[in-house]
Amino acid sequence: MLMALLALLIVLLALAAVGAWRAPWAGRVVHAGTAAVCGGFCVVAVLAMVLPPVAMTLPFGPFWGPAMIALDGLSAWFLLVLGLSGGAASLAALGSGTDWPPRLLLPWPAFLAGMALTLAAADAFTMLLGFEAMSLASWALVAAEHDRAENRRAARLYLVFAIFAAACLIPAMGLLAVGPEALGFAAIRETPPEGLRAALILALVVAGAGAKAGLVPFHAWLPLAHPAAPSHVSAAMSGAMTKVAIYVMARVLFDLCGPAQPLWWGVPLLALGAASALLGALRANVEDDSKVLLACSTIENIGLIVMAMGLALAFRGADLVPLAALAAGAAMLHALNHSVFKTLLFLGAGAVLHGALSRRLDSLGGLIKTMPWTTASVIVGAAAAAALPPLSGFASEWLLLQSLLAGWRTGALGFQIIVAAATAIAALSTALAAAAMVRFVGLAFLGRPRTPRAAGAAEHPGAERAALVALAALTVLLGILPAPLLDLAEGGVRLLVGGVDRPAPALLGIAAGDGAARLWPALVFLLLVVIGGGALVAIRVRRTRFIVSGPAWACGFNAPPPHLPFGDPLTQPSAAGLAQPLRRMLGGPLLGATERVTMPDPGDTGAATIVSRAEDPAFAWLLAPLARVRDALVVPAERLRDLSIRQYLMLSFALLIAMLALVAVLERG
Amino acid sequence: MEIITGILTQLVHMALVIAGAPVLLGLVRLAKARLMGRRGPHPLQPWRDLRKLLGKRAVVAETASAVTHVAPWVALAAALLAAFLIPSFARGMVLAPLADLVLVAGLLALGRVAMALAALDAGTPFGGLGASREMAFAVFAEPALILAALTFSIIAGTTNIDAIAGAFQDGAVGVRVSLALALIAMLAIAVAENGRIPVDNPSTHLELTMVHEAMILEASAEQLAIWDYQAALRLMLWLSLIAAIFFPVGLAAPGAGPVAWLIGIGAYALKLGALGFALAVFESSIAKMRVFRVPEFVGAALLLGLLAAVLLFLSTGFA
Amino acid sequence: MFGNLGYDIAHLLGGGVLLLSFMLLYQRRLAAVINVFAMQGVLVALAAIWQGIVQDAPGLFLTAAIAFAAKAVLIPLALRAVLRRLHMEGSAEPALGIGASMIGGVMLVALAILVVLPATAGTHALAREDLALALSVVLLGMLMMISRRNALAQVIGLMGVENGLLLAAIGAAGMPLVVELSTAALVLMLAVVAAVIALVMRERLESLDTQALHHHRGEQG
Repeated sequence: MLMALLALLIVLLALAAVGAWRAPWAGRVVHAGTAAVCGGFCVVAVLAMVLPPVAMTLPFGPFWGPAMIALDGLSAWFLLVLGLSGGAASLAALGSGTDWPPRLLLPWPAFLAGMALTLAAADAFTMLLGFEAMSLASWALVAAEHDRAENRRAARLYLVFAIFAAACLIPAMGLLAVGPEALGFAAIRETPPEGLRAALILALVVAGAGAKAGLVPFHAWLPLAHPAAPSHVSAAMSGAMTKVAIYVMARVLFDLCGPAQPLWWGVPLLALGAASALLGALRANVEDDSKVLLACSTIENIGLIVMAMGLALAFRGADLVPLAALAAGAAMLHALNHSVFKTLLFLGAGAVLHGALSRRLDSLGGLIKTMPWTTASVIVGAAAAAALPPLSGFASEWLLLQSLLAGWRTGALGFQIIVAAATAIAALSTALAAAAMVRFVGLAFLGRPRTPRAAGAAEHPGAERAALVALAALTVLLGILPAPLLDLAEGGVRLLVGGVDRPAPALLGIAAGDGAARLWPALVFLLLVVIGGGALVAIRVRRTRFIVSGPAWACGFNAPPPHLPFGDPLTQPSAAGLAQPLRRMLGGPLLGATERVTMPDPGDTGAATIVSRAEDPAFAWLLAPLARVRDALVVPAERLRDLSIRQYLMLSFALLIAMLALVAVLERG
Repeated sequence: MEIITGILTQLVHMALVIAGAPVLLGLVRLAKARLMGRRGPHPLQPWRDLRKLLGKRAVVAETASAVTHVAPWVALAAALLAAFLIPSFARGMVLAPLADLVLVAGLLALGRVAMALAALDAGTPFGGLGASREMAFAVFAEPALILAALTFSIIAGTTNIDAIAGAFQDGAVGVRVSLALALIAMLAIAVAENGRIPVDNPSTHLELTMVHEAMILEASAEQLAIWDYQAALRLMLWLSLIAAIFFPVGLAAPGAGPVAWLIGIGAYALKLGALGFALAVFESSIAKMRVFRVPEFVGAALLLGLLAAVLLFLSTGFA
Repeated sequence: MFGNLGYDIAHLLGGGVLLLSFMLLYQRRLAAVINVFAMQGVLVALAAIWQGIVQDAPGLFLTAAIAFAAKAVLIPLALRAVLRRLHMEGSAEPALGIGASMIGGVMLVALAILVVLPATAGTHALAREDLALALSVVLLGMLMMISRRNALAQVIGLMGVENGLLLAAIGAAGMPLVVELSTAALVLMLAVVAAVIALVMRERLESLDTQALHHHRGEQG
């Protein structure tokens, strides 16, 4: 199995080499190849979850020891996530064009290989190697369309955050390992960190992996970088890369740090997760670019997953293993579900960009008539993102809410109050996500076209559409089958929180904690279909209906003049208009949102205009002060540039002496 | 035996809900009219309206798509399923294990999203207005409901409505401040979710402040009938939910015989009548609030729910 | 401890007082604020009566009577008279938004609980809960004072603080009657002084906004 995985990794490297070739067939080969490799990942992952865990020491590695790879329940689960998301993205890329430049083709297999290597790693060095390969390759993909200024800005910011993540994760791994020979996970598990060292590792990993996952306050790059990349790359970044970061967080905090960590470890994760969920969901409601909107929704879902992880940590610290298993199961299931439906939504946005040539919600509209397949798939994905039963998002958010509702069982009053507030925020974010998805679907796909280009949009049949439809079907399937999935995730959950017998109701049901609350998604699906069908038959039997179509009533608006064949665009809500209630209610305090409405004078038939603005607090509170610090540091640093050669030599010499002194001190200690 | 009574009670319950929802709406309208000094329509008027609408020819906007045709059925199925789950006169119905409060919240959200999408489908200004407001109000109403569920699950140990009703019926709970707060929160959400005064005016059309009616302006005939019927179902559902959780008196125990059912049905009718009358009195005595004051109203319900949970931590003495 | 009626009713009344404190924060119109304050007075009086029955302390009936007369009848009537005289029935815009002050209120309640629980460890659950409720009411009254600009609303906030103190006093068995009487007298005095200040302010400054007083501070010359 591991040999198969290694073979797949080597195929990916070969595909990267093919991608460097400037040939008309290169794009086809690379994307078909990566799609096949991702399919292989899925097979390997499912096999690894069914079979006992395996580990392997490679015959090569860094000079201090061989590299190790392994697959257990946890890494196999995330490998499945990677396989599904990456495979669908490759398929869509295969269908959406032929003339790909090498700067897009070369990093794409490398990106997938980096993620797979991170997941398969069984020692700290290999994991970091994979993680950094993933960062670098994805940066190249974000920067690929560098002819536009905003993409250059996004790529620069992304690189800064990638370096920040590395600067946090490398020391964290150093703190974990007791020596250069003990970088293997097995050796680290022998000596779990304690006290201050453990707390430092917690902080570094949450910051480092959180910066990659898009956790508040390290999320500023995400809504910029995702839209800058081509759509299939955004899909894989959102669907797979953020999950790899979650995996790193789970691996280090749950597995490597050992089960003896206290209850309060859950609090930072819970707090940051809640902040991410709220901020991401709220921003998704005010953005007017479809891919930015989806990226903000990713921040929200990452927040929900991290909340579940924080709860699992806290429950484990309080020795409530069944509840910890519930929360860990919620986190893993939501990671998979979010990966599938977010890949679907990003690919849908890509299909819209491909077919209607715009990402701006204000230039779309009415696509359901010209792109029916895309629309139907996106509605399924959006309904899952809105956590509507019986789709996949609801099953995992049900588990999350149930574990939040059980948070009071930890018994610590302060934590109980935090969990109660977190429950409110989780439910609030879910409702906000529903509002954002309604706005997205309503503006882009329903209503009337807002531009001639949207009216003339066309759907591209073939691989792009096949990927969308397959993902939509998978979303429905995952929604009604969470019980077998949880069985599949059992190994990972066991690894995270220890062994427990999960109460498993029959008929594909899932149960919360002690089994007092249950959910049967398949039954809900069936009942909805039966009841809806029954109502349809009962109402329509023996009744001859006439449906005629006429102009929209709209409270008696006049028919539009002949030069506006799709109706007056001003009588249709705009992106800013649909966002108005939430922007006014919550946007002011949280996003510093402002709006200015200009009304025409009485008697003037001109249009009223609304100008709205909202800014992410991360820019004002984190990035702007950091930029000031950078500017303050640059001035003295600039002075170093005009030293004499003797002074330069002195600098290097002083550094060498300092290092030697450090070694001397360390060896004595 | 319990299976058979479970199926029987479920069937009776379904018949009660299907037939009773428009009647309840008619009674509330009648009570409101009487309180305002009018004679008011017959309680069966909503049923007559539905029959009239179903016999008419539907006019669908040219700009509308398949969503307009599908959404009413989705919303109807969601509302029916949710209403079937909430116990009315007897516990232990065959669908009782499914009656999870979080699932009911999800089904309500499903209906709401279907309605908002249908509103946006024709591309008309009022549809967008209503849809964005409805979704925005739900942003506060949904967490308030979940926090109420938190209070119940701390006291009863589960979010299953049937089990909560059972635990509260046993009377081992006593009079709790948290439950009083949760009751107020639930009443406020019920008012907001059903678009009643002071949040929205159910009997108005063509006002710039309307929410629910703005979303179904384009619906006619069969579609309008379904939208109206599911709105009646939602009112019935909310009142039944409040009745089942806070006033579980008279609920027939699982496996009980027809006599207990009759008592249960009588109690149910009384409870719904009282709640409906209280709603009519409340609506008649208060003015509609400005749209942008509504978040404060529903947000206050949310905070009351939070307060209920926090106070409960205090009194359960787990500290 | 579930199902103990004496305890439950006391708890419910205390919770009701707390709920009304939140309603005080929620109301915008001064007339409504006064109404809610009167209701709070009634509830505090009821709580005192109930404690009088439960603790078998007839002195508490006197407290209840004073509280009822002062807070549910006299002070609201006086305030309403002031309101009428100043033509101030309109809305009083809070300095802090309604939503923000409500969220702040919930945080204060959580803080009160977190403070009271460890401090009263070992005592009876009834005492600690009542104390937590009373402290919350006190804190909410203070929040009301800082979240409103209008002098009358601030006065009501102050008397909300006093309601909280009274709630704590009647809950603690064996509180001497003289303490209660003196606080009640103090509050009446306060109300009179506040009304006078409000009237004078209105006359001299044509406003009840306490910001207006800022210009008249001595040290600014």
